[in-house]
Amino acid sequence: MAILGPNGSGKTTLVRMILGLLSPAAGRLEVFGRTPRRGDPGIGYVPQRSTFDPELSIRGRDFVRLGVDGHRWGVRLLGGADAAAAVDASIDAVDAHAYADQPLGRLSGGEQQRLLLAEALVGNPRLLLMDEPLSYLDVRNQGTIVQLISDVARRRNLTVLLIAHDVNPLLRHIDQVVYVAAGRVAIGTPDEIITSERLSEIYSTPVEVVRDSRGRVFVVGLEEETSHPHA
Amino acid sequence: MLLNIANPTPSWNPLDDLAMLFHYDFMVHAFEAGTVVAIVAGSIGYFVVLRGSSFAAHALSHIGFAGAAGAVVIGLSPVVGLLAFTLGSGTAIGALGNRLRGRDMTIGIVLAWTLGLGVLFISLYRGYATEAYALLFGEILGISADDVLVTLIAGAITISALVIVYRPLLFSSVDEDLASAKGVPVTALSVIFMAILAVAVTEAVQVVGVLLIFALIVTPAAIAIRFTCRPPRAIAIGVGLALLFTWLGLSIAYFSPHPVSFFITSLAFFTYLGVRLSEPVRRALI
Repeated sequence: MAILGPNGSGKTTLVRMILGLLSPAAGRLEVFGRTPRRGDPGIGYVPQRSTFDPELSIRGRDFVRLGVDGHRWGVRLLGGADAAAAVDASIDAVDAHAYADQPLGRLSGGEQQRLLLAEALVGNPRLLLMDEPLSYLDVRNQGTIVQLISDVARRRNLTVLLIAHDVNPLLRHIDQVVYVAAGRVAIGTPDEIITSERLSEIYSTPVEVVRDSRGRVFVVGLEEETSHPHA
Repeated sequence: MLLNIANPTPSWNPLDDLAMLFHYDFMVHAFEAGTVVAIVAGSIGYFVVLRGSSFAAHALSHIGFAGAAGAVVIGLSPVVGLLAFTLGSGTAIGALGNRLRGRDMTIGIVLAWTLGLGVLFISLYRGYATEAYALLFGEILGISADDVLVTLIAGAITISALVIVYRPLLFSSVDEDLASAKGVPVTALSVIFMAILAVAVTEAVQVVGVLLIFALIVTPAAIAIRFTCRPPRAIAIGVGLALLFTWLGLSIAYFSPHPVSFFITSLAFFTYLGVRLSEPVRRALI
């Protein structure tokens, strides 16, 4: 499921509410049938970020390990074998073994994104929240990461809620779209939501959705931006 | 000073040299306190470097100087003022958060003001020069047996606190957002970390003084992360280097008329320089 919408429409706020980091100003929000709380092991999270500091000298493997027990007090003295196995399995799932022992700061954006995903997956969550995982990647890396997320979600029977700026790399993989704009929200399949009528309604201004020969969608007619991939 | 009077010269027999080193109580105390401080500074230094808080660590020591000078003016032990000021400013800096933009600017502004205060306090206390000098540049050769005990207790407290917060502190140092979403109390940790750092800085000041604190807290850790990206190893290397600099610095200073702080800081600096310069060579070899 993709969360779409222009900058400042509240996509990240929605994710932070699901994580229990913010509470809604009005109304109620339930995750797994209860009020969200911080540190829910059922949720894996990949925060919005550009890249790690290049000087960050910590192994990818140690970073993924923080997803297992980074929130616990004290140091671990015994019984790390289970955790190490879980870390290994998670690194396997994102195919990151080749560089899991290198410093995180030295890796490419795509490699860092995979390790962030491994960290989010290591606790076997039911829900994966990703805040703009594609924004700082080139087109080729966007494609491989989307494919990876899609495979993992299918294999682990995982719900993925992903914020995106451009819906095109996701179109073939998503079941539902949440469109947030101008204080309004629309939910449905991509074909239902990303249409000229629905988006014009959400934005309360005439908007046109154009599809090209390869099935890519473009939203036209928003403010001064004449044409940009989606919105 | 004692050193000049005794005027020891090194022989070619290392055992004789060691016996000479530990002949005087003040040297034994210096080694004891130096060892404790090196272990504490080396361990906390890793987190200082990882969190990018080296300016905060530096500022803490300078702010502490004003506190120490103020304590002497009102007739208290300088360590009391040092600890009070570093703890107060440390927790305030911690509350500002780790990733806040402009944090260094805020610290710099407060730092400049407290240094001004320090100058005022020194001028208020006539005949204060020696004590001020000791605070600024360290006074490890003047440490008493009681001081060693206090250092040991403070060291045990800082190390225990670090062990308790180790994993969540590591997590929030690497990615505050992620740690916070996992339920780690990142702001509280930031405050706790700065409080631990304040105690560590207060201890380290005895050895190297406020102006030279970088040499024991930041430099060993900065060298360590160039060799390994595994946190426990980086901490171990940092502690090892801090111990090496302190022990070697003390030993060299014993046989020379120059101050200990100079040798410790020089050892740290030239080791860092050597490691940085040899990096292309080492990379080519691997």
